[in-house]
Amino acid sequence: MFRIFRKKDKSSGELQDVQLRPVEQSGVDPLEKRLEDSRNTIGKRLKTLVGGHSDINEDLLDELETTLLTADVGVKASLAIMDNLRTAIDNGVIRDPQALLPAVQAELYELIEPCEQFLAVEPGHKPYVILMVGINGAGKTTTIGKLAQRFREEGLSVMLAAGDTFRAAAVEQLKSWGARNDVPVIAQGTGADSAAVIFDAIESAKARGTDVLIADTAGRLHTQSNLMDELKKIHRVMGRVDESAPHEVMLVVDAGTGTNALNQARHFNEAVNITGITITKLDGTARGGMLFAIASELGIPIRFIGVGEAAKDLRPFDAGTFINAILPLD
Amino acid sequence: MFESLSQRLTQTMQKLRGKGRLTEDSIRETLREVRIALLEADVALPVVQSFISQVRERALGQEVISSLQPGQALVKIVHDELVQIMGEENKVLDLKANPPVVVLLAGLQGSGKTTTTAKLAKHLKEQAKQKVMVVSCDVYRPAAIDQLKTLAEQVDVLFHPSSVADQPVTIAKQALDAARRQFADVLLVDTAGRLHIDADMMDEIRQLHTAVSPHETLFVVDSMTGQDAANTAQAFNEALPLTGVILTKTDGDARGGAALSVRQITGKPIKFVGTGEKTEALQPFHPERVASRILGMGDVLSLVEDVQKHVDKSKAEKLARKIKKGRGFDLEDFRSQLEQMQNMGGLSSLADKMPGMGELPEHVKNRVNDRQTVSMIAIINSMTPQERRFPDVIRGSRKKRIAAGSGTQIQDINRMLKQFSQMQRMMKKFGKGGMKGMMRKMASLKGQMPGGFS
Repeated sequence: MFRIFRKKDKSSGELQDVQLRPVEQSGVDPLEKRLEDSRNTIGKRLKTLVGGHSDINEDLLDELETTLLTADVGVKASLAIMDNLRTAIDNGVIRDPQALLPAVQAELYELIEPCEQFLAVEPGHKPYVILMVGINGAGKTTTIGKLAQRFREEGLSVMLAAGDTFRAAAVEQLKSWGARNDVPVIAQGTGADSAAVIFDAIESAKARGTDVLIADTAGRLHTQSNLMDELKKIHRVMGRVDESAPHEVMLVVDAGTGTNALNQARHFNEAVNITGITITKLDGTARGGMLFAIASELGIPIRFIGVGEAAKDLRPFDAGTFINAILPLD
Repeated sequence: MFESLSQRLTQTMQKLRGKGRLTEDSIRETLREVRIALLEADVALPVVQSFISQVRERALGQEVISSLQPGQALVKIVHDELVQIMGEENKVLDLKANPPVVVLLAGLQGSGKTTTTAKLAKHLKEQAKQKVMVVSCDVYRPAAIDQLKTLAEQVDVLFHPSSVADQPVTIAKQALDAARRQFADVLLVDTAGRLHIDADMMDEIRQLHTAVSPHETLFVVDSMTGQDAANTAQAFNEALPLTGVILTKTDGDARGGAALSVRQITGKPIKFVGTGEKTEALQPFHPERVASRILGMGDVLSLVEDVQKHVDKSKAEKLARKIKKGRGFDLEDFRSQLEQMQNMGGLSSLADKMPGMGELPEHVKNRVNDRQTVSMIAIINSMTPQERRFPDVIRGSRKKRIAAGSGTQIQDINRMLKQFSQMQRMMKKFGKGGMKGMMRKMASLKGQMPGGFS
């Protein structure tokens, strides 16, 4: 049942590769499944409500509001959208219940479409440096692994910098991803100075003419000012090797996060100027609605969504698909 | 964690306190505000709805209408219902079983299971004096086993080595054997993070559960979780006979709604909260205190416990004797007070537990700055013993030297000395008037002490 690849010596210290989860072997597209699920649950419920009435009533509006709230769109944004909707109904712009869902979708689309900007590695920079930041357990290291594979498949040479020198075995975790994708990893031991590791890595990537360097950092809660200062230092030190580095500062956010995601984005943005967001773990039932709050306040480009364990499950962000998973139309 | 929710609810409740009569309209308005406050704090919608309907039912009943202070009565209902949701008292881990007692930890990816396993191991070893063994059944995430191994070494507990080539169930069974052979009291089983909708993986954890029949099965959940907490908690609760919940990353600024959601949906008590990066940052969870904190009534009990745990009693007594004798309070004493404050988690953590803090304006709260404490300690450290004992000798050139030594500015030194002299004056009064005088002074400073519930 389990496929084990590249199994190595069991003795400690050796890198060991891990088992594949059953779902990775099933061949089902997680994003498709995800969309299917929301169509089946939310879509069906809304459709019966819409279909069951010839005029717009409060039940229907309540149900819409509930759908938005439970998707973590947030109280402020949800109420604003519902207010707009009510105004449109009062003014006679929306008369038919059938027009309600498309109207909400349009509102959501308007909010988030400007953030649909794909991450383009500029060939002018060698290396193109990406700094990964986020709170503990958001999925930074896993995302790096997937990104590395993606760039490799595009024919770019990649190097990783093990900047998470705090969490136990974080370096090993990154090394394991590196070994799997045949990508060099620059690392020192746990407890080393993160800025120094990344500094070395940029120099090394420069010397080798590597196309992309991805730097990991330790997960940190945005409220811990000393750790945020450390991050500022890392950012500063990177600029010393290459004035334009880092070229992308990517915030990784867990889709399960609620309203706190906005605080995370604010604080990280203040500290190191976020230029892109990746949202992970969208393959569960979490719907990631807090991206709307982040988009409307900070307007940071959203780069990728993570919808599964495999490397191919890191998909470029597409506003239409994302909204369909929150409020299915068809 | 709960400050923001606390602030919102306190404001709402404040409006009610003085009111002699409550109309249905004012109750509805209040409940609407409570609803929004809860939703903004990430409490899952189904939980909010049932909470509001419970409160409404009681609020419109005799209890409030016939009460002399209806506002106060409504506050009490909200408080009661909060306590009701949170569970009434702290439930510790139940270790009363034949050793090795197995504890299984489960949860989503990135919720903090491995870190929590290490924290729990340390807690059980030090507080409950148990011989603890840990094992990782995570064969999927690269280096997950290494991570637990390193942490186990850090907290100095037994570690059962496992290999990613094995089946999780096999690993757990072998660990149980090893725990028996090595006479461990407790075996903590760390598992891979899994999505609750991943049928195969949920199947696997059920098998793990059957294989080691744990005495405690704990659901580890991130306190920053949003509405999805309702779905995940329900799914894990249905898949496994959970016995409790551990809430992680509570040192962020999450509003803690997940705590209410998970507790209400699973019906299982929150047993611990993770409060920081270090392995000792795990605390037993006290629901009734948290409910008080949410309503801005402070958590004096926790404060007292913190003080008891961290304040060096002999030092405190020495200082008290010194001051009673009328001898001066010097910079050495000031420093040791600052240090003790740091040990208790700093000013902000103390302020957090003080009653009525939710009502303080934001700019006042921002002045509670722990960084200042650190720099004040640095300044005192850069002084000579003579300067610490006789601060009056600190003049221009000494200030320059101290500033250079502590990496601060002259202004910082002046500010510190000013604060010190205020403290010194207060201590003099303290020496004369005793504790009562001191409390009276503090009360008049704050303007109002919050009333408790009668």
